[in-house]
Amino acid sequence: MKFGILVNEGPYTHQASDSAYLFTKAAIEDGHEIYRVFFYHDGVNNGTRLATPPQDDRHIPNRWTELAKENGIDLVVCVAAAQRRGMVDPDEMKRNGKDANNLAENFRISGLGQLIEAGIQADRLITFGD
Amino acid sequence: MEEEAQSTGVVKKFLYINRRAPHGTIYAHEALETVLIGAAFEQDVSLVFLDDGVFQLKKNQDTSGIGTKNFSKTYAALEMYDVEKLYVEKQSLDQRGMTEDDLSVDAKIISADEIKKLINESEVILNF
Repeated sequence: MKFGILVNEGPYTHQASDSAYLFTKAAIEDGHEIYRVFFYHDGVNNGTRLATPPQDDRHIPNRWTELAKENGIDLVVCVAAAQRRGMVDPDEMKRNGKDANNLAENFRISGLGQLIEAGIQADRLITFGD
Repeated sequence: MEEEAQSTGVVKKFLYINRRAPHGTIYAHEALETVLIGAAFEQDVSLVFLDDGVFQLKKNQDTSGIGTKNFSKTYAALEMYDVEKLYVEKQSLDQRGMTEDDLSVDAKIISADEIKKLINESEVILNF
């Protein structure tokens, strides 16, 4: 089956992002296809490469990056939600005249249309959040 | 604005379920942004308002005291985006002492059973 995944909550505060990761990983291991993972609301914070969790804890952004690298998953951070919360890639940094960027590898910033498209193209769109 | 560029040829039944109060968290505001962007994809869109979500459609909202954006007028603009199927759950209105007269837009008031049916018939459900 082809899944779209929507992550609506930030890392560490809420289990939604852990559950989304574990679901995505299990789906891939079971031979399913992940059409896209879309990060919305505080979920955009899952894409920061500046996170430094304690060493004995999971590294949520790195875990997504590695999963995407190994399996070619499309990780998309919503641009409108990202701008509000200071999630920035090099293009957005230039465009908005910022002095830094913080988007982790294998994530990309794009519009909400990517979420709608995932709803249209995937067999199931699964939301992780409250 | 809602032209062929966005067309994929596939039309699915989208249902946006709005369950939260308009202010206090950003979910209602960002849900509305999703609906507006999604309108360009020419899908079969319905919106349901239930629980505290019915407050999203309350007339005469004023956020000046809390310093947040008053996006409530945008609901009335949904019609211009061809988003016309708005449903409000009756029990949620009743529980909050609201009636159709309190709503800022034309919406159909339906029962929980009818909402259940709507959910069953939908293909893509976004729950905010």
